[in-house]
Amino acid sequence: MNNTDNINEIRTIIARHKRWDLLALTAGVIALMIAVLTFIALFGNMMVDGMPRLTWEFFTSFPSRKPESAGILSAWVGTTLVMLVTAAAAVPLGVAAGIYLEEYAPKNFITEIIEINVTNLAGVPSIIYGLLALGLFVYQLGLGQSILTAGLTLALLILPIVIVATREAIRSIPLTIRESAFALGATKWQTVADHVLPYSAAGILTGIIIGLARAIGETAPIITIGALTFIAFLPPSPIQDQFPFLSFEWLMEPFTVMPIQMFNWISRPQEAFQHNAAAAGLVLVIMTLLMNGLAIYLRYYLRKKIKW
Amino acid sequence: MQIFKPASTASPTVQKAAVNQLNFYYGAYQALKNINMVVHEKQVTALIGPSGCGKSTFLRCFNRMHDLYPHNHYEGEILLYPDNENILSPEIDPIEVRMRISMVFQKPNPFPKSIFENVAYGLRIRGVKRRSILEERVENALRNAALWEEVKDRLEDLAFNLSGGQQQRLCIARALATDPEILLFDEPTSALDPIATASIEELISDIRNKVTILIVTHNMQQAARVSDYTAYMYMGELIEFGATDNIFIKPKNKQTEDYITGRFG
Repeated sequence: MNNTDNINEIRTIIARHKRWDLLALTAGVIALMIAVLTFIALFGNMMVDGMPRLTWEFFTSFPSRKPESAGILSAWVGTTLVMLVTAAAAVPLGVAAGIYLEEYAPKNFITEIIEINVTNLAGVPSIIYGLLALGLFVYQLGLGQSILTAGLTLALLILPIVIVATREAIRSIPLTIRESAFALGATKWQTVADHVLPYSAAGILTGIIIGLARAIGETAPIITIGALTFIAFLPPSPIQDQFPFLSFEWLMEPFTVMPIQMFNWISRPQEAFQHNAAAAGLVLVIMTLLMNGLAIYLRYYLRKKIKW
Repeated sequence: MQIFKPASTASPTVQKAAVNQLNFYYGAYQALKNINMVVHEKQVTALIGPSGCGKSTFLRCFNRMHDLYPHNHYEGEILLYPDNENILSPEIDPIEVRMRISMVFQKPNPFPKSIFENVAYGLRIRGVKRRSILEERVENALRNAALWEEVKDRLEDLAFNLSGGQQQRLCIARALATDPEILLFDEPTSALDPIATASIEELISDIRNKVTILIVTHNMQQAARVSDYTAYMYMGELIEFGATDNIFIKPKNKQTEDYITGRFG
């Protein structure tokens, strides 16, 4: 066998191998396109249906029996208030639990069980949380079918997400930074409060936003605890013009949220309500995308400032 | 203002610390075996030896770093003079030890904060709040670390914007700011280029009269250049300890001689 034969043989082998390359590439692109195109098709369809309804009045009107004058005022106000409660409950609990597990907990069997459980909780179907909340918040604690109940329920739902994100953000801080704080005589809490938390804030914030973006679209647990589908009034404003300027009456008010408003409209027979549902869906998707976008921004740009 | 205590006892033979029958264990593994040594005040003591000989482990006993991780334990004592306190005693809070004995690490590890805040941190956790005092002591520490002239106009810059050598001098300033009794260096130049290394060595010569220094190094020339005393360690044991000139010119132990002349390690 001479040299030319040898080179030709090598080229044949390479060509044959590269056919698999091409095949894998094609399969990958097709798989990706199915996912992306499906989303684009759904989103486009919703845009076509809903766009004409997206006027200023749509945001400032209460739901109505007449589809053309119905709006999402009570829904987006409800969603905003519920999210406020969710964040207020889930952020301190989740961050504190994450700090405990990562920085303070002894590395033993019990801690391991707790860690596995926290991770598994993220996979529990959301309606189970709804049932739990119905029993605990609505009946046991007597909080009623209120904004407070809904916010706390969704807080429970996203707690594992916040805990896991907090732990991951904390863990990405190098040991050498902790050691240099300890070496200067810092206590554990000083190390956490002065260094670990500030340096991992971007990561923790990302986790919180991703958690809230999940909570904002949740429907099942909210229906389970008995949110109303038709609300033609707003809860009392949290900000008052008289002393003490803050009011918490709204916490105990009945409410509706965006996905429930959509669900309500979809179940109506008139075609015009379907357009309303599409418009509300569009608003909800944009809210979620904006939150995720903010999370991505924080992850990639804020974190860039700190390089280890 | 001179931030260091004046050398009330100018004699170089005054002892700052004594290590007596020190054993150290990572779980069941014994990393240090019956170490006995003295640390002379306001002198540089170098710890040398091949990788894994326990020199860093030994150094980290002096500020109780091993207490941060579970399953470590000490036996024996490290007495700190003049108060005669065993800093390894379980009754002594490791935080108290770390407030008296500072450390500079292998890789420059400034906090992702401003240059000023890096140096001020040790003072802040000691409760110093007055801005004027902080400023004065930060400036002194930066001057002692030969960094003041380079950073005085950008104290609010992020410490990460400094070069590697500058970052390490910043870490030295951070360790000096709190006026430590002993300064521990754990291979402070192993992550630096030769020029930055030279500047750190020069800095160590500058501060040697102001603070007691213990330095771990894998570079024997460095030990010979910067130290007054040298301890040679092998497999967790202290093989030979003495004045650096004696160790390098006429070592008593064959093993020390083999290591120093580059026959192994």
